[in-house]
Amino acid sequence: VSVTVRIPAQLRPLSGGAREAAVSGSTVGEVLKALDAAHPGFHDRLYDVRFLQGLDTSVADGQTLSIVPAVAGG
Amino acid sequence: VDFVTGLRCRECARPYPAEALHVCDYCFGPLEVVYDYDALRATVTRAQIAAGPQTIWRYAPLLPVADVAPIDLGTGCTPLVRADRLAAELGLGELWIKNDTANPTGSFKDRVVSVALTKARQLGFKVAACASTGNLANSVAAHAARAGMLSIVFIPHDLEVAKVVTTAVYGGYVVSVEGTYDDVNRLCAELTSEHPSWAFVNVNIRTYYAEGSKTLAFEVAEQLGWQAPDHVVVPVASGSQLVKVARGFNELYEVGLLDEAPHVRVSGAQAAGCAPVATAFAENADAIRPVRPHTIAKSLAIGNPADGWYALQTVRDSGGAFAAVTDPEIIDGIRLLARTEGIFAETAGGVTIATLAKLAAEGVVRSDERVVAYVTGHGLKTVEALAGTVGPTTTIAPTLEAFSAAVDLDVAPGRSRS
Repeated sequence: VSVTVRIPAQLRPLSGGAREAAVSGSTVGEVLKALDAAHPGFHDRLYDVRFLQGLDTSVADGQTLSIVPAVAGG
Repeated sequence: VDFVTGLRCRECARPYPAEALHVCDYCFGPLEVVYDYDALRATVTRAQIAAGPQTIWRYAPLLPVADVAPIDLGTGCTPLVRADRLAAELGLGELWIKNDTANPTGSFKDRVVSVALTKARQLGFKVAACASTGNLANSVAAHAARAGMLSIVFIPHDLEVAKVVTTAVYGGYVVSVEGTYDDVNRLCAELTSEHPSWAFVNVNIRTYYAEGSKTLAFEVAEQLGWQAPDHVVVPVASGSQLVKVARGFNELYEVGLLDEAPHVRVSGAQAAGCAPVATAFAENADAIRPVRPHTIAKSLAIGNPADGWYALQTVRDSGGAFAAVTDPEIIDGIRLLARTEGIFAETAGGVTIATLAKLAAEGVVRSDERVVAYVTGHGLKTVEALAGTVGPTTTIAPTLEAFSAAVDLDVAPGRSRS
């Protein structure tokens, strides 16, 4: 399935400045793997997936996945 | 001139310039302010601080921004009151309450906001924003008004009425989000990437913002005659405040303002309905599992705390503990503090007092310690929590007979059953 990944400012150098990337995969883990294949470097930067079923969380066609730095709030 | 040499990632130590940055580009760790402690040691003195303003800005050299006219509503130098009557009820000895309800907008958030927006203005920002459980929105809106900045604050939709009104009155944008605080926070983290010209005080300005909480330690030490207490009890939402209070005492020693190295036991207070850090402490776990909050202590209702891990480490390393208290215990805590010391705290203060009571009963907080409990928000902000619990003792006709029939001073006052 095809999903849109929203990329935070901190990681946009990896995507050539793009705010979003369209990749395919049926779980969060597969999507991130595809993102790393399209724009090498993402895998090294991302490891902490909170909530839901972590990397095994399934994604549906047309969904948007946001990558968000967890350092905020309070 | 400030004494900041730059920022540094807390995890991988990569250096960054002192700009509007909060996350390490490489490892996503939080950034921290780095100071020139040698220069500070050679410069700051107790006398110089004592001669400063009656606000947090008396500690300006130890804050991450220097400004001759900071954005200030008169924040800080709040009362540190000896709480003998409360101590007697809890079986404690020397107990103090840091009454931070006395800040201009009624909570400790004025400390972090005054610092954050002063830095933001210096960096050229003209829009002040935040993700808030209420108190922060209140403070950002007020300080932005004072500074002539536009404010846009984001809050969960189910906040207490007083927190919404006392924010909206300042005339900025108040965006009520249908979701929890953690949803608000995630939205704001995304908005920060889309609107880099906005100063989100607890996102892209968070590195500076967090430093404001150190003044909670600075003031207590100065008010105790430049001594650190033995044990502090601090409420935990994101965990930032607790970490910075501990840091503040250590920093005073590092720059020579305390004679002896402080050994402050730091204990954390959470509501049972949102206790991700207290749970990790109780389970001796290394990871903090996010939770979905259900508590009347809305100002502490952060289910996914950004500094939870650091708060956990700080408490463990200091020999302190965590406790989590139920909603009825929070109400009891508010009433106990009010009844014994004449201080009306919001629900978060009830969490602190109930936690203090619990840790005292468990022997964690001891009667031979000099203890400081941080009460960080005013009770008028959360009066809903007490609805149905306190009210008139009786309602009478305006006659002597009615009074005599209704009130017997030999019977403790309670609430009318009518």
